[in-house]
Amino acid sequence: MGEQKSQAAGKPGAKRQFRIWRGDETGGDLQDYTVEVNEGEVVLDVIHRLQATDAPDLACRWNCKAGKCGSCSMEINGKPRLSCMTRMSTFEETETVTVTPLRTFPVIRDLVTDVSFNYEKARETPAFAPPADVAPGDYRMQQVDVERSQEFRKCIECFLCQNVCHVIRDHEENKQAFSGPRFFIRAAELDMHPLDAKTDRKEYAQAEQGLGFCNITKCCTEVCPEHIKITDNGIIPMKERVVDRRYDPLVWLGSKIFRRGQVPQTFVTSAQQSGAAHSAAAHGGVHSHAGGSHDPRHEAEAQKGVNWHRQVPHPTAAPVDANGRLPLTELTFDRAAAPSPFGDDVTFPLPPEHLNFAHPSQDEPKH
Amino acid sequence: MTETRIERHHYDVVVIGAGGAGLRAAIEARLAGKKTAIISKSLFGKAHTVMAEGGAAAAMGNVNSRDNWQVHFRDTMRGGKFLNNFRMAELHAKESPQRIWELETYGALFDRTKDGKISQRNFGGHEYPRLAHVGDRTGLELIRTLQQKIVSLQQEDKRDLGDYEARIKIFAETTITELLLDGERVAGAFGYYRESGEFILFEAPAVVLATGGVGRSYKVTSNSWEYTGDGHALALRAGATLINMEFLQFHPTGMVWPVSVKGILVTESVRGDGGVLKNSDGKRFMFDYVPDVFRKQYADNEEEADRWYKDPDNNRRPPELLPRDEVARAINSEVKAGRGTPAGGVYLDIASRLPAEEIRRRLPSMYHQFKELADVDITREPMEVGPTCHYVMGGVEVDPDSGAAFGAVRGLFAAGEVSGGMHGSNRLGGNSLSDLLVFGKRAGGHAASYADQLTSRPKVPVAAVETAVETALAPLQRDTGESPYTLQQDLQAVMGDLVGIIRREGELVDALGRLAELRERVAKVSAAGGRRYNPGWHLALDLRNMLVVSECTAKAALERQESRGGHTREDHPAMDPKWRRVNLVCSLDGDTVRLTHKPLPKMRGELISLFDRAELSKYLTDEELAEFDALAQKES
Ligand SMILES: Cc1cc2nc3c(=O)[nH]c(=O)nc-3n(C[C@H](O)[C@H](O)[C@H](O)COP(=O)(O)OP(=O)(O)OC[C@H]3O[C@@H](n4cnc5c(N)ncnc54)[C@H](O)[C@@H]3O)c2cc1C
Ligand code: SF4
Ligand code: SF4
Ligand code: FES
Repeated sequence: MGEQKSQAAGKPGAKRQFRIWRGDETGGDLQDYTVEVNEGEVVLDVIHRLQATDAPDLACRWNCKAGKCGSCSMEINGKPRLSCMTRMSTFEETETVTVTPLRTFPVIRDLVTDVSFNYEKARETPAFAPPADVAPGDYRMQQVDVERSQEFRKCIECFLCQNVCHVIRDHEENKQAFSGPRFFIRAAELDMHPLDAKTDRKEYAQAEQGLGFCNITKCCTEVCPEHIKITDNGIIPMKERVVDRRYDPLVWLGSKIFRRGQVPQTFVTSAQQSGAAHSAAAHGGVHSHAGGSHDPRHEAEAQKGVNWHRQVPHPTAAPVDANGRLPLTELTFDRAAAPSPFGDDVTFPLPPEHLNFAHPSQDEPKH
Repeated sequence: MTETRIERHHYDVVVIGAGGAGLRAAIEARLAGKKTAIISKSLFGKAHTVMAEGGAAAAMGNVNSRDNWQVHFRDTMRGGKFLNNFRMAELHAKESPQRIWELETYGALFDRTKDGKISQRNFGGHEYPRLAHVGDRTGLELIRTLQQKIVSLQQEDKRDLGDYEARIKIFAETTITELLLDGERVAGAFGYYRESGEFILFEAPAVVLATGGVGRSYKVTSNSWEYTGDGHALALRAGATLINMEFLQFHPTGMVWPVSVKGILVTESVRGDGGVLKNSDGKRFMFDYVPDVFRKQYADNEEEADRWYKDPDNNRRPPELLPRDEVARAINSEVKAGRGTPAGGVYLDIASRLPAEEIRRRLPSMYHQFKELADVDITREPMEVGPTCHYVMGGVEVDPDSGAAFGAVRGLFAAGEVSGGMHGSNRLGGNSLSDLLVFGKRAGGHAASYADQLTSRPKVPVAAVETAVETALAPLQRDTGESPYTLQQDLQAVMGDLVGIIRREGELVDALGRLAELRERVAKVSAAGGRRYNPGWHLALDLRNMLVVSECTAKAALERQESRGGHTREDHPAMDPKWRRVNLVCSLDGDTVRLTHKPLPKMRGELISLFDRAELSKYLTDEELAEFDALAQKES
C-alpha cells in the first residue's frame, strides 16, 4: 500500500461544494460553502477547515476522529452518519454535500443538537444488579456467554439509531413512552448478562421502555456504525414470548441459541399497558395515541372518558416479503406464529379503559 | 462590572473531568455521602478515556500465575526509568486488581480466560500478560461501566430522596475556566455552559482535577480538542506545582496515512498479537535497537522472538514490544536514515503473520478503523505508522496517598493523566487506565474527607468572579486580534518542530522565544460570533492554558540535560544518574513560569531490594549504589 496513495496525498486539494445548515432553535437555513478537499479526507476534516477559514463559529461536536466516541453524528446528504467516518471519496467530485443536524433532536446551534433525551432514557433504565453472593474477584463467566452482551456494549452512543427510528423521528409525542433502540439493546445486554440478578428485563422493556412501539423496520441496525445487530440480536429476542412452550419449536430453538441453560421467561402483560401503538410508516403517517400509548398523560386523559379526537391504534402491517407474502418457513420467522393483526403486544380481552370508539371520519379535517 | 447572569451551585466536592479518573473520583465522593458535581467539556461518556484501546494493567495473575504486584511495580519503575514516584507506583501495583474486579460488580464484561476469569494480554514493557481488556475497546468499557455505575447511584438517590440529581449531578458540555480561592483554600470553580455561553459558578470546598492531558499543543497527536492542558493550567494559577513536564509520550504507532487521520492510534496490541515493524527495505529493524538495559528480556533474533508468542516462559520477547519511547525513537531513526515510507513512517505488518480470520477476531476495531478511515485492509496489507503525541507524564505534583496537590493551595486534588509522578519519565501501556481507577478513587475519597473536616466553608471572593467573567468575555469583545485557529496552528508548529520527540538546546531556546511572542498574540486573540456554542470562542479561551503548559514543557526540556524516557536530547543522548535524583518543578510567579529542582523521594529498602544490582547500576549514582550494597549486606 501507500506508494501511490501517499504520493497522491501531496496533490493540492480540489474545491468542493458544501451546503451546511446554520442556525439555532429559532430557525436557520442551508448555507453554501466552497471548500478545499484533500485526498483521503473525511467530512469532519472539511468542517474543521471551514472553522479555521470561513466559519469560525460553526458549531459541531467531535472528539476522537476515529469512530470511537460517537460525538460527531450528523446527517450527510440526508443519511445519519458519523462525520469522522464519512470519507469524501464516497461522493462524486461534482456532488454538493449537504450537512444537516440530527433531525430527531432539537437543534442547539448549527450541527449541534440537544441529545439530553438519550441521557434521560439511560437514567431510567435499571442498572446492572450484581449477584448478591459473589464477591468481587470471584466473577466467573465463559467467553461464549459474555459475547452476546459484549456486542451491545460496543455501542458508542452516537444516537444515530435513536435519530433514525421512525417512532420518534417525526413524533415528538412518542418520546416520553419510548426509549429507543439504544436502550432496548441496553436492556437486552443486561438480560443476557450471565450474572445479572434482575430477572424482569424483558417485561420492563415491554412495560416501561415502549418496546411494543417497535415494528422491526431495522432502520436502526442499518445506521449503526458499530454494526450492532440491534434488531436481530437485541430487540427480537426481547420481544420473544412464550405462547406454548411444549408445541413451539422456535422457542425451544430460541432457548438453545439465545440463552444457554435458561428457560425463556413468560411474558406478563402489565395492567398498565396493552395495545401497541404501532407506527405508521405504512399508514400514511397517522399515528396512534392513548389506546396504544404508554404515555401516562394520554392514559390519564383516557380515564376521563371517551375522547372523540383520539386516534385508534392502527394494526401492525403484516411482515410480508417483497412479494407481499408472509414468510413461508416458520423456522426463519422471528415469531412463533403468524402475527396478530392487532399488534404483537395486544392480549385479549382488552382492558375496558382501553376500549375506544373511533368515528369513521376522525382522520378527516374538522369543519 | 456589567450585568451578567451567573448560575450558582453549592457542592461538597466538584470533580472537573468525566474520564475514568473523574468518574471514579465522583463515585467515591458520592459513596462517602458528599454532594458531588461532575463537570465535563464534552457530552457524558465521550471523554478521552473512551479511546483507550489496549487494556488496563493489573497484576491479577489470571493468565500467568507468576505475576504479582512486585513484578508490576518493577515493570512500572523500569518503564519510567526509575524517575517515578515510587509510592505511587507501589500503590498502583497493589491496588489495581481490586479496582478492576470492582468494575465487574458495576457490570463490566471483560474478555475471559478458559476458566472464566478476566483474560489478560501482553503489552509493551509488561513482563507477564497483564492487561485486562475487551477486544480493543477497553476504554469504552471502562468509561461506560463507570457512567452506568453513576446512573445506578442516581437511581438509588431517586428512590431514597426522590431526585436523580440529589447527590450527584453531571454538568456536561461545561468548561471550567478558573478556580476560585479563599486565601489558600479552594472555594469554587467558575466556567461556562458551552451550549448557551452562560456562566456558572460552583461553590465547593474541595475540587478534584481530572482533566486529562495536553496533546492538542502538538501537530501530530492522538488527542482530541479537549486536551488543552486546562487542569494543568488551573492548578498552576491556583498556586499548585507541576512536575515532570518535559516528559511527553509519543506513541510509536500512529497512522501516518491518509493525511487526514494522521496521529490516530494503532493499538499496541497489534504488536502484542504478532505484528512486526519493517522499514522500506522490508527489514524487521527493531532488533538493531534493543538497548543494553533490556538485553536480558528481549530477543536478538527472529526465531526466538517468534517462538515467544507460543512459549513466553522459555524465550525472550520480540523487540517490537520494547517500551514506547524506544520504539518511537527507533522509528524516528529509520525514517531519518531514509528508510521510511513515502508518508514518513514505517510499515507495521500483521497481514503476513496471522490468518485474516484471526486478525479480524483479535483486532476487530483496528480492522474496522483502517477499513473505514483509510480503505486499508490490514489482513492483506501492512499499515503505515509513525510516532504521534499521545500522553503527558508530567502533571500536578500530588501527595501519593491522597492525591492532594502540593504547593500553596489546599482543597485541590488531582488524579489521572493531569497528575504527575506515577509514570516517571515514561508510561507503560495499560498503566493509565488502572492509574485512573486507583488514584481516582483515592482522590475522590480524600476530597470527601477533606470537605468533612473543614470547620468553615471557604467563601468565593466577588472580585475574583468579576475578573473571571471579564477574562472569559474578552475575546468576544475584541475584533482586532487574530483568529484562535491561526494561533493554535502556530503554537502547534512551535511545539511540534522545536519541542518534539528529539530536542536540541538551540531549538528549545528558540521555542521559548516564540512562545513569548505567542503569549502576546494570545492575549489579544479575538473570536467572531456570539456566546452560544461557539467553538472559536472556546478555543480562544483554551489557548492561554495550552500556552502556559507549553512553556512549562519547553523550559523543563531545556533544563534537563540528559535523555530519559519521554525526553530525548540530541545534545545529551545518555541517561545521567545524577539527573535521576531530580524532579523539575514548575510553578507560576505572576504569569511567568518558574522552574526549581527538587530531589526525588527515596525508595524504601524493601522496594529497592526487589531489583538486582546489575539493573540498578544502570540507573543509580555510585553513592546510591553504595547505600544499596550496605542494605543488602545487612539483610544477608
Ligand atoms: C488513542 C488513545 C489510546 C489509549 N490507549 C490506552 C490504553 O490502551 N491503556 C491505557 O492505560 N491508556 C491508554 N490511553 C491513555 C488513557 O486513555 C488516558 O490517559 C486516560 O484516559 C486519561 O483519563 P483521564 O480520566 O485522566 O482524563 P480524560 O478521560 O481525558 O477526561 C478528561 C475530562 O476532563 C474534562 N475537562 C478537561 N478540561 C476541562 C475543563 N476546563 N472544564 C471541564 N472539564 C474539563 C474533559 O471534558 C473530560 O471529560 C490512550 C489514550 C489515547 C488518546
Ligand atoms: S426496528 Fe424498531 S427500534 Fe429500530 S428503527 Fe425500527 S421501529 Fe425503531
Ligand atoms: S446502537 Fe449503534 S447506532 Fe445506536 S447509539 Fe449505539 S453505536 Fe450508535
Ligand atoms: S469524532 Fe468520535 S466518533 Fe466521530
